[in-house]
Amino acid sequence: MKSLPFHRRKDVRLAFRYLIACLLVVIFVFPVYWLFIISFKTPDEIFAFPPVWYPKSIQFSNYFVLFKDGDAKTVLNSLILASVSTFFAMILGTMAAYSLVRFKTGGENLAVWIISQRMMPPVAIVFPVFLLYVFFGWVDTFFGLILLYTAFNLPYVIWMMRGYIEDIPLELEESALVDGCSRWEVLWKVVMPMARSGLFATAVFTFVFAWNEFLFALVLTRTEVTTYTVQVTHYFGGQSNFWAKIAAMSVLGTIPVFIAVATMQRYLVRGISMGAVKG
Amino acid sequence: MSDLKITGLHKYYGSFHAVKGIDLEVPSGEFTVLVGPSGCGKSTLLRTIAGLEEASEGTVEIGNKDVTWARPRDRDIAMVFQNYALYPYMDVFENIAFGLRARKFATAEIDKRVNNAAEMLGIGPLLKRLPRELSGGQRQRVAIGRAIVRDARLFLFDEPLSNLDAQLRDDMRVEIKRLHQDLGRTMIYVTHDQIEAMTLADRIVLLRDGRIEQLGSPLDLFERPANLFVASFLGSPKMNFIPATLDGNTAVLSDGNKLALVGKRQGKAKQPVILGIRPQHVALSGKTAAIGHAQVKVTVELVQPTGSRVQVAFPLGGKSVVAELESRDVSKPGEKISIDIDMARAIVIDPQTEKVI
Repeated sequence: MKSLPFHRRKDVRLAFRYLIACLLVVIFVFPVYWLFIISFKTPDEIFAFPPVWYPKSIQFSNYFVLFKDGDAKTVLNSLILASVSTFFAMILGTMAAYSLVRFKTGGENLAVWIISQRMMPPVAIVFPVFLLYVFFGWVDTFFGLILLYTAFNLPYVIWMMRGYIEDIPLELEESALVDGCSRWEVLWKVVMPMARSGLFATAVFTFVFAWNEFLFALVLTRTEVTTYTVQVTHYFGGQSNFWAKIAAMSVLGTIPVFIAVATMQRYLVRGISMGAVKG
Repeated sequence: MSDLKITGLHKYYGSFHAVKGIDLEVPSGEFTVLVGPSGCGKSTLLRTIAGLEEASEGTVEIGNKDVTWARPRDRDIAMVFQNYALYPYMDVFENIAFGLRARKFATAEIDKRVNNAAEMLGIGPLLKRLPRELSGGQRQRVAIGRAIVRDARLFLFDEPLSNLDAQLRDDMRVEIKRLHQDLGRTMIYVTHDQIEAMTLADRIVLLRDGRIEQLGSPLDLFERPANLFVASFLGSPKMNFIPATLDGNTAVLSDGNKLALVGKRQGKAKQPVILGIRPQHVALSGKTAAIGHAQVKVTVELVQPTGSRVQVAFPLGGKSVVAELESRDVSKPGEKISIDIDMARAIVIDPQTEKVI
């Protein structure tokens, strides 16, 4: 029997495919690895040439410094801002979306107007917001940033949740109304569970947005509620950069998002595809 | 006592007039079927009774209480929806218990009622399953179970069987009929299927275009339709309509056939009419006594056996007329046969008003 030419054999093609996949993974993961590994290096190792691909001993002094100086507290600040603003944006946004879908609040145009708010470049309103916040005394307060992040995320939440709620069969809600639920109970007992995947998927994106927000955090904070994104920039000096701190802080800042996405992955995939492939 | 009383009900959607002045009273314990072609306003009427739509005009009373503006949950009703409306994230038990929980029933009472309902519907072993693990028929049973545990004054069914396949639909129809007999509750049932209406109803409300065309027992409507629409809507195969001219007490067809009418028909001489004859009221000559029957010779055009009977089509009075005969009466097209038409059960319709004379 004549065998296939080498390059057309199934196992060879598979091996080739894996090879390319591995190569791509290395290219994409290497910067993350490098960041991660720097955070465990001594200053000498960081600047050593040829580079140290992996440190001889893992040492935590870079992290230790962050916690000792209180820099790590900025991660906690970010966590509070992102969580609380996500919570409120989800609650308010879901209610608003429900109203848009079921009661046709504002007709067809209100929904488009709401999402158009999201398209405005944030930097365009930094100045007025700053003046406003100075006037009300909200600069460098948790309240101020939570309010802002909630407001910024609302259009996105409303828009996303609107799609998910539209997919819920009306009969489910009507059945609940007949069975003895009020509109509020319908929202809690039927709409929220039905849109659960969508809720979680939207919440993750909302959380990540607030987590990564830099511009307003920079302008509207001083010392009290400095976020980790702002804190990291403090390590880029005019003369030299604190690579160890940057790396350690970046790792710290990645962990919460990593956990959020990992735990929600199941809902995320379902939630995103749910919105994508409609009935 | 009546459980439901509707007075002068109108419903507008913007400029669309969906329900045009309905008056209806449903006595306690009656099975009423709202039937009509799609867009006749039957679902809108049901949803207005449920409180899912607001009445534009008129009043709705349930149990002698004006509920026109009451919320659905304050109306003492239970409803079964076309698409089952089961909560996919709850098991069967929780689905059935949902309404009881919403009304804060005690746990022991919920257990008792859910188990009773499940038993009644033969879904006892399925209580721990999720809706997606059930077949269509089982889902519909759960939906019905959710309504009956509520023990409401009024049960509303919105085309509950239209998503099921034909075989299952027949089974469920029997089940619903039995349920009504066992529970003795007032039920209002919407369907577009005239067979469902005929088999289930104590009383049929036949709607068209937002108005009640006729209301009465299934047999009433079948045998004494008030107009052309009612006559054509009920019955399968459909009633035959043949144009004719009145000559004294005889209907003269366009092909010269003369059919003697039975009973007194108040029509003017030479008045054009439409003669309505049900396929079931035609038989092969000689098999039945010919008193009050008109005999006609026809040539068979089409033969459709249904097993127990055979549907035969033949030209008569310029129309293709269908008759339902005994299965061995006719064997093939082209056959010449003599038929007896039961003229006592034929109807005469005024083509101007479309009303039965």
